[in-house]
Amino acid sequence: MSAAATHDDIARFNFLANFNKYMATAVAPGNAVAFRERAEPAWVRQKGAAPQTRSEVRRAMADDPHYRFWSALRRCGMEMRQQAGRSLVLRQIESLRDRARELNSRLLSGLRLEPSIEIPRYQRELDNHCMPGSYYAEYIDADVSAAANYDAGMFATTTGLFGRYLDGAGRGTAAWLQRTRPGWQPRRILDLGCGVGHNTVPLARAFPDASVVAVDVAAPMLRYGHARAVGMGVNNICFHQANAESLPFETHSFDFIYSTMFLHETSHAALRHILGEASRLLAAGGVQIHLEQPPYRGMTAFEQFMRDWDGYYNNEPFWSALHETDLPRLLVEQGYSTETVFETEIHALVEDEMPKVGSETEDFGRGGLWYACGARAHGAVA
Amino acid sequence: MNPQLLELVNAAASGKRPHFFGDADVDRLLAIVWAMAGELAVTRERLDTLERLLAERAVVQRVDIDAYRPDPQAVRERGEWQMEYIARLLRVLQQELDTLRAGAGEDRAKRIPTE
Repeated sequence: MSAAATHDDIARFNFLANFNKYMATAVAPGNAVAFRERAEPAWVRQKGAAPQTRSEVRRAMADDPHYRFWSALRRCGMEMRQQAGRSLVLRQIESLRDRARELNSRLLSGLRLEPSIEIPRYQRELDNHCMPGSYYAEYIDADVSAAANYDAGMFATTTGLFGRYLDGAGRGTAAWLQRTRPGWQPRRILDLGCGVGHNTVPLARAFPDASVVAVDVAAPMLRYGHARAVGMGVNNICFHQANAESLPFETHSFDFIYSTMFLHETSHAALRHILGEASRLLAAGGVQIHLEQPPYRGMTAFEQFMRDWDGYYNNEPFWSALHETDLPRLLVEQGYSTETVFETEIHALVEDEMPKVGSETEDFGRGGLWYACGARAHGAVA
Repeated sequence: MNPQLLELVNAAASGKRPHFFGDADVDRLLAIVWAMAGELAVTRERLDTLERLLAERAVVQRVDIDAYRPDPQAVRERGEWQMEYIARLLRVLQQELDTLRAGAGEDRAKRIPTE
């Protein structure tokens, strides 16, 4: 389903992938050096004590030449990735739409669009991670360009750490489920904020007898995601346009509910509504799990400051707040007892030839290792 | 690529573009320089492909390249390429103008132009 790339398109992404890798391994670590050798001592001379919070570290680093250059280059890289994706995708916008239409027509029950769904304010206010038009802009009827751009460029941003098909989180989640509940076959699976279904397809493949529902508010993502899944021979997913804060499904109707890197793109209020819906929809004996960025608790002020970059400079307005949020407590507020709420880590499961987390320095928030928080519903496992 | 589509390709994300240097012109300049670095890498990759293919197939000698003169069609195609190339490099300037225009109520680059 992906856009047809020319030699120059591929070269542009090759450059960006290598640039991101160089930035992560050679330039970003320099910030720690600049802090230790320059910014921190200057702060101590001025204030009499080392910076204690990430906000103080930010002020200490604001004028540091290395940090400025790293930040400015990182922002350029994010913007260039969008430009490269858009120059690849928009020139073939109609043929991509037609291709998606053709694939979608092969399995009409797998795509359910609801034009009445409104894009929530937290999505409309800023174009997420500097994506012009965000996930939902439509330039022509039945547009899929936002999704095709997202799909085309993500490999460059994540430099292979999410796997060849960008499904490392979903594969890791399926493996975690198979490890923690050997032999379990969930009958109904729900993916919240599915995007183009990068992490829906691996669950659908791991549980081929399950009926998978993938929800998102953005129609271009769903059209493309369904076409992509059909093109990959996966036919047990229904891509359903819906707001995860208020879902049109029956109470206790899903055995397994999950989200991957979705919650940080919502808001304080929405997060509570989403967890409320996930808890309402979870069947007896079922499990929900949400993959996210690691919480800031326990990290040094400098590490927090580095991870906070996207919240300030990459159009991720809820990023910092989510890192501060106590997700286990929010699940307890949904009525789960503390012993049914859990935290764990999920590693991206990627092809042998792809780089692994730990083999390279992680690029602060772009690596293939996630914090996960979830809850088990009481009752017999179905 | 027609000019309207090119503007859309180079559009900014909503939200204020941060600047990190004391003078925001330095951020602008870096955006242009770095886009240029990217395009140089693209050219280098294409040239590398070409050189390898030529060597593999032993079809073109260096002297042939030096002696080449483009026909009018090639001149036109190269001109079009140059326009896209320059717009790509000067993306940051267009984006600031887009923001100013949006502030002034101008609604540009929101639709794919029809031929």
